Amino acid sequence: MSLRQRLVPYGLLGPGLLWLVLFFVVPMYFMGELALRSGTLTTGYSFDWAWSNFPDSLSGHTEQIGRSFFYAGTATVLCLLISYPLAYAIAFRAGRYRTLLLFAVIAPFFTTYLIRTIAWKTILSDSSPVVSVLQTLSLVPPGGRVLATSGAVIAGLTYNFLPFMILPLYANLERLDLRLIEAAKDLYSSSRQAFLRVTLPLTMPGIVAGILLTFIPAFGDYINAQLLGGTQQAMVGNVIQSLYLNQRDYPEAAALSFLMMALILVIVLAYIRVAGTGAFMESEEETS
Amino acid sequence: MAVAGRAWGWLRRNALPIYAVLAVAYMLIPIVIIAVFSLGATPKGKLTFGLNGGFTTEYWTSAFSLPELNDALFTSLRLAAFSTLISTAIGTAMAIALVRHSFHGRRLANLLIVIPMATPEVVIGASLLSMFIYYSFALGFSTLLIAHVMFSISFVVIVVRSRLIGFDRNLEEAAADLGATPVTTFRTVTLPLLTPGIVAAALLAFALSIDDFVISNFNSGTTVTFPLYVYGVSLRGIPVQVNALATMLFIVAALAAALVLWQQRRAERMTAVRPEPVTTT
Repeated sequence: MSLRQRLVPYGLLGPGLLWLVLFFVVPMYFMGELALRSGTLTTGYSFDWAWSNFPDSLSGHTEQIGRSFFYAGTATVLCLLISYPLAYAIAFRAGRYRTLLLFAVIAPFFTTYLIRTIAWKTILSDSSPVVSVLQTLSLVPPGGRVLATSGAVIAGLTYNFLPFMILPLYANLERLDLRLIEAAKDLYSSSRQAFLRVTLPLTMPGIVAGILLTFIPAFGDYINAQLLGGTQQAMVGNVIQSLYLNQRDYPEAAALSFLMMALILVIVLAYIRVAGTGAFMESEEETS
Repeated sequence: MAVAGRAWGWLRRNALPIYAVLAVAYMLIPIVIIAVFSLGATPKGKLTFGLNGGFTTEYWTSAFSLPELNDALFTSLRLAAFSTLISTAIGTAMAIALVRHSFHGRRLANLLIVIPMATPEVVIGASLLSMFIYYSFALGFSTLLIAHVMFSISFVVIVVRSRLIGFDRNLEEAAADLGATPVTTFRTVTLPLLTPGIVAAALLAFALSIDDFVISNFNSGTTVTFPLYVYGVSLRGIPVQVNALATMLFIVAALAAALVLWQQRRAERMTAVRPEPVTTT
């Protein structure tokens, strides 16, 4: 191969990689730098290796951090429980309606995330008939609210991140070799056994991918907590947002944000080590 | 009794499809609510629950009558157009390099593309703002454009790449055998076959940009996009026109997605038309 030919891939990759380095990697450095500054908004923040910002940012917001884990975790479990049978039905039982159902699954993406969440806020508002029905069924105490509760935030997160769970599960189930299930049944396994010992293990990659794709954005989300929750439902995202944009306490906000990135990087890199980047790219790693 | 038994049996056999329909209906609830509420008369033209005031097309005909909303929508469309153009061009080139060429640092390049997609938006927004603060860079349209291109690139690469992987390279070899230069082959064979993938990627990039609130919220300065406008007014009451516009955007997006789907099927059929391979028995 000539030198010119060998340079072609770098020429094609160059602009994109440069953009990602300059506007994704380098900003992380500046966020770290900002996290090590100290001072006040009026006197300005100066760099002095203020490592204490990191433990301080954690200890100051243990409540919100705990809530983020709890809300995002619960929403992820609910998403999995709702999505698995749905993805299974679309993959094996939908017949000619398969494309239509898949289309409906991604349809929420065609409306603005914010407006969808505001629609839920309207649906769950105090004057809404949905709330009176829940009150009649004693699921909500008489005169009780749905909005501004943990339940509302978890419901919002579950709703908004559902497609991120359904799509990887579906992609995995669709590739499932049905003959393996038939073989299990030929060997006298019950439907339940065939599911638990063949289908479930074979769809584990889809389940793990779905959990990551749901948990990570849900963990960092602050729209649901802001619109559907009250002050008692704030998550880490809300803290970072308000510290950066309202209080302008940059060092603490940057420290908290930096730690969140570190946590997620650990999770993602561990996952890539096991599954390869191909798992995110929806196809096997190939070389040409 | 027999009827009830049969009904129960039918229900049991079809439990999964019935569940699927219910689950999908649940996913569509907010969309229906947005559309229905855009047609309900409300006392002050602000969003409330129900259709107490009766049916009206008032907010559809006056959808473009709020200057602030128009400005925000126009800013969003302009931003999305530029961001789509840049990210699609850059991302397509990257996808071609990743699938068609072997080079050192492929793993690193893959990581750099994958990690931004797995990063919470709040972190992307905060880190970019940190850099802009450091350089005292004025926030506005340009910083929004930088951010939007950044988070769109990875998605473009994934979509175009998946199309390239399913690509039949024999077609290109045939063109070369017939004397086409590499440039001609690329222009007349590769690019047309790749178009559905590129269009899908561009639509995704456009949708991501129009929809983005979190990252924009950090890096917009005083520039107001459509989601930022909606967020701003959500605190003091949302004009019903927002719902009418959201419904219009939904219809356009759904039609565009359907078009891409149809085009992709057609392209698949086109490449499927080929002589059967000669088999010797």
